[in-house]
Amino acid sequence: MLNLTINGKLCQAQEGSTILEAARQNGIHIPSLCYLKDVHQYGTCRVCVVEVEGMKNLQASCMVKAREGMVIHTNSPKVRAKRKMLYELLISNHPKDCLSCARNRSCELQALGEELGVTEARISGEMGPCHVDVSPSITRDTSKCILCRRCVTVCNQVQEVGAINAQNRGFDTVISPAMGLPLNSTACAMCGQCVSVCPTGALTETDAIQPVWKALEDEQRLAVIQVAPAVRAALGEEFGLPTGTRCTGKIAAALHQLGFDHVFDTDFAADLTILEEGTELLQRLQSALTGGDAVLPMLTSCSPGWIKHIEHAFPTELDHLSTCKSPHTMMGALVKSFYAQKVGLDPSKIFMISVMPCTAKKYEIQRPEMEVHGRRDVDAVLTTRELARMIKAAGIDFANLPDEKFDDPLGLSTGAADIFGVTGGVMEAALRTVYELTCGRELPFEGLHVTPIVGLELVKEAAVTFENVLPEYAFLEGVTARVAVTSSLKGADILMRDVEAGTSPYHFIEVMGCPGGCINGGGQPRNREEGYREKRMEALYTEDETKTLRKSHENPDLQALYQEYLGHPCGHKSHELLHTTYTPRGLYNQLVK
Amino acid sequence: MSQKATQCQCACCCGAESEEALQERIRTLAREYRGKEGSLIQVLHMAQTIYGYLPMEVQKIVADELGLPLSQVSGVVTFYSFFSTQPRGKHTIRVCLGTACYVRGGKKIVERLQELLDVKVGDTTADRKFTLEVARCIGACGLAPAMSIDDTVYKQVKPERLESILARYDENGGEEA
Repeated sequence: MLNLTINGKLCQAQEGSTILEAARQNGIHIPSLCYLKDVHQYGTCRVCVVEVEGMKNLQASCMVKAREGMVIHTNSPKVRAKRKMLYELLISNHPKDCLSCARNRSCELQALGEELGVTEARISGEMGPCHVDVSPSITRDTSKCILCRRCVTVCNQVQEVGAINAQNRGFDTVISPAMGLPLNSTACAMCGQCVSVCPTGALTETDAIQPVWKALEDEQRLAVIQVAPAVRAALGEEFGLPTGTRCTGKIAAALHQLGFDHVFDTDFAADLTILEEGTELLQRLQSALTGGDAVLPMLTSCSPGWIKHIEHAFPTELDHLSTCKSPHTMMGALVKSFYAQKVGLDPSKIFMISVMPCTAKKYEIQRPEMEVHGRRDVDAVLTTRELARMIKAAGIDFANLPDEKFDDPLGLSTGAADIFGVTGGVMEAALRTVYELTCGRELPFEGLHVTPIVGLELVKEAAVTFENVLPEYAFLEGVTARVAVTSSLKGADILMRDVEAGTSPYHFIEVMGCPGGCINGGGQPRNREEGYREKRMEALYTEDETKTLRKSHENPDLQALYQEYLGHPCGHKSHELLHTTYTPRGLYNQLVK
Repeated sequence: MSQKATQCQCACCCGAESEEALQERIRTLAREYRGKEGSLIQVLHMAQTIYGYLPMEVQKIVADELGLPLSQVSGVVTFYSFFSTQPRGKHTIRVCLGTACYVRGGKKIVERLQELLDVKVGDTTADRKFTLEVARCIGACGLAPAMSIDDTVYKQVKPERLESILARYDENGGEEA
């Protein structure tokens, strides 16, 4: 421990802490802007400056390490005056159109001004570069950028994609893809992690609220909506509910109040995914174990950011991907076929909306592959944040809504579907079903949780041995299936380098594009609270544990769907509606053969 | 690669290497620096020496061979004024606008050169003979106002002398004097 004096108070801090961290450990708040735990590298904004006795200049407390015996003043008149000046300089070339900005009242720059007591903008002059770049998922407005470089760090160090970086110099500096290319023409995965960390309105999701309101107003169209698992673990945060509050029932109620004609649950499609993907895995294992040429390891395909990334970074390895569409596009395809037929609707009148924790899904629904017989699977994707804005605009008191249920017949789900929203969840759900279908008994893990793959570590692995299998799965007898799980594209690259080299020891790999999985997706509420990912993860595991049915194949409505309509998993109808193909893009979209 | 393919494919018969051959040289060179941290600027420097400037295609080669994102390579290229993403002239004129040269009329030299060459600062003449740049002090303050053409420094330059200075750069490309 280090001993130091902050504002006249004797403090102790952990070795290696910065001054900012040391102060926080002792309950002393230093105003800051660019600092973000785990995503901090540069110290560009200088707002967190403090006085350190014996040092001539003010020090950026986020960058300077605390040392034994330091005497620090975080709140002297000099410090306060300098912070204010720094802030005024920061906003001197900021548009200041806060009242009509998407980040109004959720903007860190705005909040800082209030905190510092800034009541005037004395400095005005030339404005910085203004480029607006609208991609299917992400909208960039460089005029609102304060060059904090949080997005550069998440894109380059956390995800290791490097789609954006600082370009040019000095006043002309702009955070952008190479040579001012639009984001959509780069190897950007559209994961939206940059949007999550942006403190201002410079990076936002590309709006889908307007088309959804239009669809709701249009009497000729039927507005059908579905909600992803991770949304229920986070939406409440936008309405002041504690992080980790499960809002499943309130979400169903809010969507009914907003006037959607049918409110379905992507969880149902997650159960469906397990049946399709699990069957595909068994088919591949059977082929590989009996001398066939099936490609292993199989890679999960539910995360569209991950899909876009592998198409750019490993275009020759696409055979490893499961051919299953992501759950929400499966749902879209089912609503416009099975459901439309069941209730006698014209599928062309259906406007299918997905509420997702994800920005990449906005891009995904525009992929040419995501349609059946010329009908788009999904017509619009709202992020969790966007749904919150709609609920607020409709004047719905979300926090006090009574619980309601999702609509039949695409609203019932098992606990296995809930954990799709967290890293390791898809793998666990698949193992629960595959093991039981092949061995005739439950997966031998306590509480059905495959503990080695639970948690937020970068790469996790587990092994499951199939013993005393049912006669029709004799090929699996004694086989130990090795599985790996990762979240973030950096983790994906680690596992993919072995896959590419042909040395991967695994049979099945789950990849989620965002660190922690969908609970931390690029479309989720921006939460700066310590441990928010753990709390959201806990919410989904609780959601799973409180359900009677916890294995996808036990979902009675899903069983009925196969009986009535699909036939059997990976059958003809499934392939027509629920499976897809991939495009080898290459790093520069040069379309690799 | 056959001898013919490495030659310039235009009708000029200059015998210069083709763009493909130059790019291949850069690729081979950059490959040797893969995994060596901090070598990006050095590799870009060599690539610009080989290719004359750093267009997107060349930046992609450097990015691929060093295993870096293109946005990072481009970030460095656009940060340093030494790197150019536009084709450059045979000769580079750098007019010093450091404090001493500025107060002694450096700006007038820039203005006159822009007129004479019909280019803006940073651009290259249509015949690719000259690229006009400004520098923030070339360390010749005692000779202000100064400018350099390639490696030659011209001292106490007056706008009237510029025409005759430029005339020294004949068709052979070298300085006559």
